[in-house]
Amino acid sequence: MTRTRAWMLSVVAVAAITALLAGCGGSSSSSSSASSASSATSATSASSTSASSSSGAASGSPVVIGSSLSLSGDFAADGQAFQKGYTLWADDINKAGGLLGHPVKLDIISDASSPAQVVTNYQKLISSDNAKLVFGPFSTLLTVPASKVVNRYGYAFVEGAGGAPAAFGNGLHNIFDVSLPVIDNLVPYAKWVASLPASERPKTAAYATSDDPFTGPQIPIARQIMQAAGIKTVYNKVFPAEVTDYTPIATAVASSKAEAVVLGSVDVPTVSAFVHAFIQQHYNPKSFIATAGPDQGDAFLKAVGGASNADGIMYPNGWYPGYDNAESQKMVNEYVARYGGNASGVNADVAEAYSVGQAVAQAVAATHSLDNAKIIAYLHSGVTLNTVQGPVTFNSLGENGAAAAFVFQWQKGNQVQVLPVGASASKPVTYPKPNWGS
Amino acid sequence: MNASSLAKAVVDGILTGGVYALMAAGLTLIFGVMDIINIAQGALIVLGAYMSYVLSVHLGIDLFLGLFITIPAFFALGVFIEWAFMRRLHERDRTAMSILVTYAVAIIIEGVLSVIFGVDYLQLHASYTDSTFHVFGFYLPYIYVFGFLLAVALLGALYWILYRTHFGRGVRGSLQNRIAAELIGVNVNRVRAVSVGIGVAVTAAGGMLFGATNAFNPSSGYDLISRLLSIVILAGLGSIGGALVAALFMVTLEDVVAVVWSPVWATLVYYASLIVVLSFRPGGLFGKAAVRAQ
Repeated sequence: MTRTRAWMLSVVAVAAITALLAGCGGSSSSSSSASSASSATSATSASSTSASSSSGAASGSPVVIGSSLSLSGDFAADGQAFQKGYTLWADDINKAGGLLGHPVKLDIISDASSPAQVVTNYQKLISSDNAKLVFGPFSTLLTVPASKVVNRYGYAFVEGAGGAPAAFGNGLHNIFDVSLPVIDNLVPYAKWVASLPASERPKTAAYATSDDPFTGPQIPIARQIMQAAGIKTVYNKVFPAEVTDYTPIATAVASSKAEAVVLGSVDVPTVSAFVHAFIQQHYNPKSFIATAGPDQGDAFLKAVGGASNADGIMYPNGWYPGYDNAESQKMVNEYVARYGGNASGVNADVAEAYSVGQAVAQAVAATHSLDNAKIIAYLHSGVTLNTVQGPVTFNSLGENGAAAAFVFQWQKGNQVQVLPVGASASKPVTYPKPNWGS
Repeated sequence: MNASSLAKAVVDGILTGGVYALMAAGLTLIFGVMDIINIAQGALIVLGAYMSYVLSVHLGIDLFLGLFITIPAFFALGVFIEWAFMRRLHERDRTAMSILVTYAVAIIIEGVLSVIFGVDYLQLHASYTDSTFHVFGFYLPYIYVFGFLLAVALLGALYWILYRTHFGRGVRGSLQNRIAAELIGVNVNRVRAVSVGIGVAVTAAGGMLFGATNAFNPSSGYDLISRLLSIVILAGLGSIGGALVAALFMVTLEDVVAVVWSPVWATLVYYASLIVVLSFRPGGLFGKAAVRAQ
């Protein structure tokens, strides 16, 4: 019996250690990396990254900032990208003097993509780990339960990936999303489609969406705009978030022969399954947009079978690696230097996470305090903050009212901003979508 | 919805059901032999997908030819897992404790894969993964047709081993009465190790097909395990042929409901059908007692 127990403990211990190793691909502590301020830091960056009046290395006692991230489970890819974004920001802030002279130490624990675990994690971070500040998790699905428990402790809850209406409908005063409110994500696309000359405009459209708080609100608005332009809806279905076989849904969309497809997806596998089913059914819509998945850079290309299968696919977002912003370019370069790869491999999660740190740092600097009540009041004051995603101004709900909605398109292996038409960085839309594999 | 869409849903369900049967075969075999619920089955499928990825991308070996490498490797892995984790479980609480132990195995596999490959999604590609042929008005993907044929062949081979060979008699004898089997000279530990090895080896093929039809990352196994468990429970724990029948029935039902009614209801109907069947046949379509007596 004793031997069996010892063996059981060994198995569990090995599993726990392996899980820890897997979840800690990058360092979650940045306090040790504090050094002199980077000479390359621009004036703008200094204002938005540093919260210290001095320009030297942080030297006080560390400020613990806690976050729960999905380092395993369904959102593992996004969660680990968020971890990289937070870590890059922590390194930069420490190089620039830390928060009020104190080095930042990140305390990131994994929620395994579980809405139940995320609640426990924030309770632990605040009550046991003594985190002075907390950053948000990945996804609206986890942000909603997390925001309620964080609110109970009176902490500011700045996050970068909980932009669906469900996150702002609970009467909480402490939640702030630095990214684009997702309800507006598809508006530029729908308006562009509606504005096409009648002879070029798709005559029919299919809408399929995952039953998820991120995707659900986006589709009806796009459908309303497109229907008003005379585009007939030939397929409109919701599918469960935990589908393991997308074939019948994708085949039904293909059978509808819709000229435009609007897919409410939350990850790469969903879009990949539709792409492969469309190829197999010899169906190529004139326009194909997916709410998430194509933004995952190289991971998306690997899943769909290369750039030739991605060509012409569109997706909405608030940021892309080529975004014309000095701080954004600096962050992308730092990312490539630290994690390898190239700029196109940096997905928007990294920028969303980095922006969270920037917004909090500016609030701390402005209030000269780590007091969460003061930070909340400051963030609600209507001030405009600078982030790698562009300007951030929170409305009364905590949504970013200054965010601009962009639509990007894969063109010959590159992610290109195409909408809004006429914006300085927008390139022409490839329309109709090229054939698969061409 | 027209008759053509319905027929297409049935065909898709049958072809996809074959892939699921192959993924579930190892799970039901291991339970049938050892009364162990292998929660690591999903992680093993993902491991199989990654092994096929390495052989395909880094060594240029065709996905199906790669099975000549991955299946023996997985057999050895299965024997190791039985020796290292399953053999030490007490007979009296074997089934309950196996859930904890194999869950730990799943976490270990997921962790190792995450460290080696990262968490970005991958998918297996070959000339036939997106190619189709046209028959009776349908485009049938080669990968699903090949997968279905492979599933039938491998499940047939498993059935033959279990019910038509001396080794299979030893397996079934040790299931019915371990002590009696040992008294007549059956090496029960060896039989169990080989059985788990075979169960895991079959999973290598299931993993390749999963990776060729779905994007995957180290965490993808968790989405599979509930589906696979429902298939083997419907089949009757331990039934190889039942796994094929149950997988075809359940996936086809789900696909038809998704097309005829709504994808939202497909999953509900899928699990409701499981409850209905178990209400009338608590042991599943092909219960364990019947399986062991065959």
